[in-house]
Amino acid sequence: MSTLHTINKSPFANNTLFSCLKICTESDGVLLLEDGVFGTITSAPGADELQLLIQRGVKVFALINDIKARGLEEKLAPNIEPIDYNTFVQLTLDHRCVQSWY
Amino acid sequence: MNKKILLISRQAPYGTSTAREAIDIALAASVYDQDIGILFMDDGVFQLLKSQQSQNIDQKNIASILPALALYGIENIYVHQESLDARTIRTNELVLDDLQLLNNKDVGQLLSQQDQLMSF
Repeated sequence: MSTLHTINKSPFANNTLFSCLKICTESDGVLLLEDGVFGTITSAPGADELQLLIQRGVKVFALINDIKARGLEEKLAPNIEPIDYNTFVQLTLDHRCVQSWY
Repeated sequence: MNKKILLISRQAPYGTSTAREAIDIALAASVYDQDIGILFMDDGVFQLLKSQQSQNIDQKNIASILPALALYGIENIYVHQESLDARTIRTNELVLDDLQLLNNKDVGQLLSQQDQLMSF
């Protein structure tokens, strides 16, 4: 796997998720964390693009602590994998580089 | 061992010091013989406009610092074409002319070739 992209801004207020989605490739991973987890709900801007990427083979993760903290657990879109902090660390090791789209 | 390092500069100049910091780090790292590249995308492409007159806000002109990149041996300077298009910036408005214009797919490939990414 090549690059792990981390998004920590809400797609309702910020374009960082879209910048990331445009350039990410099939072997990449996308991790939504902090306010980035607002991108996990089905009504979020970019939700359709996110599902298309998942179909193309991109892995999309979201930090479960941030999802729960914001009360979004029941709203999670399909095929987005909730992960804990330990898995977050493992992901940074599994990918060659990490790009933070802050 | 030299690492391939890519700085990704995505913020407009002057509003914050982020844009300037990316360039300073590029120049500093080049002194240590690192394999540095810099990618301008999103609002970061506004840093490249040669029409900047930052003396009006008492700040150092980013456009006048950028040519130093080449003097410091940083030849891999990349610009995201779609970011230019979205802001209707033409390449003849840019302060550097030895830029490599990249489409979305090129940027993805560029990132996957690096040992280290730095985000600004």
